[in-house]
Amino acid sequence: MNNTLLDYEGPLRTRMGACFPGERAVFRGHDLHADLKDMDWIALYAFGITGRRFSPQQTTLLHALWTYTSYPDPRLWNNRVAALAGSARSTGALGVAAAIAVSEAAIYGWQPEFSAADFLVRAHQRMLAGETLQAILEQELQLHKRILGYGRPVASLQVDERIPAILARMEQEQIAQGPYLQLAFAIERGLAQMGRRLPINYGGVVVAIPLDMGFSPRECYLFLLPSFMAGMPPCYQEASQRPEGATFPLRCSQLRYEGPARRLWQQG
Amino acid sequence: MSGHENPNNIHTSIWHEEPEADNPFAAAACYCRGYDVYGDLLGKARYIEYLYLLFKGERPTPNVIAALEILAVALANPGPRDPSVHAAMAAGVGGSTAASVLMAALAVGAGSYGGAREVFLALEAWKNNGTELASWRSSLADPAAPTRQQVWPEPEHPPGFDPYGKQCAKPVRQTLAHLVEILPAGRLAWLAQERPALESAAGKPLAMTGVAAAALADLDFSPAEGEMLTLLLRLPGAAAHALEQGKQGFRQFPFFALDLENDPGPAFSEGHA
Repeated sequence: MNNTLLDYEGPLRTRMGACFPGERAVFRGHDLHADLKDMDWIALYAFGITGRRFSPQQTTLLHALWTYTSYPDPRLWNNRVAALAGSARSTGALGVAAAIAVSEAAIYGWQPEFSAADFLVRAHQRMLAGETLQAILEQELQLHKRILGYGRPVASLQVDERIPAILARMEQEQIAQGPYLQLAFAIERGLAQMGRRLPINYGGVVVAIPLDMGFSPRECYLFLLPSFMAGMPPCYQEASQRPEGATFPLRCSQLRYEGPARRLWQQG
Repeated sequence: MSGHENPNNIHTSIWHEEPEADNPFAAAACYCRGYDVYGDLLGKARYIEYLYLLFKGERPTPNVIAALEILAVALANPGPRDPSVHAAMAAGVGGSTAASVLMAALAVGAGSYGGAREVFLALEAWKNNGTELASWRSSLADPAAPTRQQVWPEPEHPPGFDPYGKQCAKPVRQTLAHLVEILPAGRLAWLAQERPALESAAGKPLAMTGVAAAALADLDFSPAEGEMLTLLLRLPGAAAHALEQGKQGFRQFPFFALDLENDPGPAFSEGHA
């Protein structure tokens, strides 16, 4: 009987790790409490995703990528979920976990960030093969209508406030802008030359920096999953401290009904 | 009051409320798509009718009700071997919160291997191919290459077909047959007729997700609506199995064995341990 699943019965083969209760834990082939005991948590998180280690300067920069996008603003759609969980007296884990899942949005968060990383890699490869950026941008716009990582919802400002902060941090850490980050800014200029005033947003930068450290687009995506998280517990906590249900209360009259007129449910 | 609209209003064509006279935050009457839910609909509408009304805005016809009833039963419990139910049980057996049980079932049951994303993709295939066998054959033989990566992993098998099946499983055939009796003129009927040709083109037998997608396409559900409904309809089994395992306890639940291929061995000698 030929069935792939038969080959995967029995002990699960893994190279990622295991716990030996009462004895030790192994993390990607290393003893967690011996070899990795001094590792910074974000360095461990990145090591778990990529299997690679990063310099202290790179780790500091990876920290900063998350720090600079941690906004405890409960209006933001993902944070609002955490706040509403607090208001409805749900648990912190449920509120924060749901808010993290919600951050995989189409107009912000990980869907555009993933696409931005993917485009940077594809564009970079094509430029190495001799194509011009302008031709690549034109083709991409034709194919996908938009280039993600440029422009920003609920904002008309020309500068994403997180970008100067992270560039300053790079300078402080003496990390030069790599080819992906340079390309991310070149795309902004290229779009402007095409008459599209779409300033680069943090999504373009937050993936370009790990790409320059050797992350793949999917590794960037996995690395960024907790990037908004620090802003979520404060939203939950403050909502928990308000009276129950008192975060963003809505009156009946705030539902603007635009559907069919009243009708009767006749028995079928 | 000025004529300016409150910017924090919610615009909806689904729900309307009339407030109690003494409390603007309490509804005295709730209308769903124009029907008085608690004053008229309660006690008259069946759950499936209400579900359809919420999604589609109108009352379902008798054959739509019958088809949805069948689909709801067919999808309600994929059984404890299904990854989404397994995930729910893993949550339940550890005493995790009820919501996390369902969140686990949703997260795992969302995927393109037997989950709601597979139904989404199969509904897209119905939109693209309709009931044109040549079009299905061409798209199954030569699926469009992805133009970019996205958060969803690329599907590893043709959506709606069983990657590990040897022949179309009996429950799939039984569900298809029941549904075709009720919806005899649309995509389902065509699927039942052309199943051997489609399976041959896919190189895989039809799966339950393929039947669900054809039924949802016949019921005029968009890919996004079909994906959402599939997620909802699959939850009851996950919930029940999680409650059962929670009662039985973790000692009766598989923990599995691992084969750690790169075990460095104990780091500390016995003298340190």
